[in-house]
Amino acid sequence: MMDKQAMQEFIARRVALEFKQGDLVNLGIGLPTLVANFVPAEKEVIFQSENGCIRLGPAPEPQNVDPCITNAGAVPASLLPGGAFIDSAMSFGIIRGGHVDVTVLGALQVAENGDIANYMIPGKMVPGMGGAMDLLSGAKKVIVAMEHTAKGAPKLMKSCDLPLTAIKAVDLIVTEMGVIEVTEVGFLLVERNPEYSIDEIRQNTGAELHISPNLIDMAL
Amino acid sequence: MNKIISLEEAVAKVKEGDTVMVGGFLGVGTPEKLIDALVAKGTRDLTLICNDTAFINCGVGKMVVAKLFKKIIASHIGTNKETGRQMLEGETEVELVPQGTLIERIRAGGFGLGGVLTRTGLGTEVAKGKQIVQVDGQDYLLEKPLHADVALLFAQKVDREGNMSFHGATRNFNVYMGSAATTSIVEAREVIREGFMDPDQVVVPGIFVKYIVDGGAL
Repeated sequence: MMDKQAMQEFIARRVALEFKQGDLVNLGIGLPTLVANFVPAEKEVIFQSENGCIRLGPAPEPQNVDPCITNAGAVPASLLPGGAFIDSAMSFGIIRGGHVDVTVLGALQVAENGDIANYMIPGKMVPGMGGAMDLLSGAKKVIVAMEHTAKGAPKLMKSCDLPLTAIKAVDLIVTEMGVIEVTEVGFLLVERNPEYSIDEIRQNTGAELHISPNLIDMAL
Repeated sequence: MNKIISLEEAVAKVKEGDTVMVGGFLGVGTPEKLIDALVAKGTRDLTLICNDTAFINCGVGKMVVAKLFKKIIASHIGTNKETGRQMLEGETEVELVPQGTLIERIRAGGFGLGGVLTRTGLGTEVAKGKQIVQVDGQDYLLEKPLHADVALLFAQKVDREGNMSFHGATRNFNVYMGSAATTSIVEAREVIREGFMDPDQVVVPGIFVKYIVDGGAL
């Protein structure tokens, strides 16, 4: 069994393989942010952050921190050569307008039809949706990067019981157990982490899990 | 016309019960000196329109802690526990608005539009009670304009005309809020007192700025 950090890095490493040369990518806060660390140097991916950065780069050395240059989580960041600062209307025009190729987000629950809940647990945790609803409605491809269960409770469900962030929005789910496509017939396991049997993955999934005839070991 | 006023004169423009728009994204590009002065003055019963409520010790988060708001309209409050507490205990009303919708509602308010049509929020709680408009077979939510009594903005540089320019990721909501408010006050890191900004560098024209406060260097 992997510890939490190893699990998150494993998921992030696999998500990074989904990007194509030249993709404009927006990463959510938390686990999705880690994905940037695993994009191969030869693949040119442009990161956008909704607070107003295009070609977001890595965290700067402490002596180069500029309080006005951060990622969408208010963490000090840098801009790579060729980057740009933009205002919020431009930033969300890019997002809603279908100009973002891929967004990677976390989730509390994903339903087999692609519905996603990731912005509140009524009465308990109500952080707000931030830019998530816009990303889910506007990005060309939506990847959910998350642990397969919440301490054993399934997060892949027949239908979400938490308030939805968007309907029919998710295309692909990457967890520590495998890679799952959201298809017309529901969840389709296309890659499996060999550490887990198909039965184990099924037991940890709250909806029917179809198995791809072309199932392979998780590519890393 | 001299737009440069003192911090005290500036906060006096905000009245109890006003709706205030405040620029910034998690405190980045937010007018901290105006906020500190408002907290010190204790102007209450305000309605806030801001991207988020920042942190308890930063940006509008300090106004939340001082309980200056009766209502908060924002896209994200998760970084400020006090906002969540006030909401869950019914002390402060919170309206959560998707970030892209929030900026467009502000833009609509400032630019004479009756609203905007967006797919964002369809099928979610955000859509409750809102009109759905179909255009060429596609459903959209009708999101209505937002206006404010006062906008509190931040710029890197401002000249005596009120022309604004920015540094880093501080443009965010600062670019549009001035257009949607009756009175707008910009706090700038640097106030150009001799001559004017190069027109090529102006991001927001000074016509949207009524008052200027010298924020001073960091």
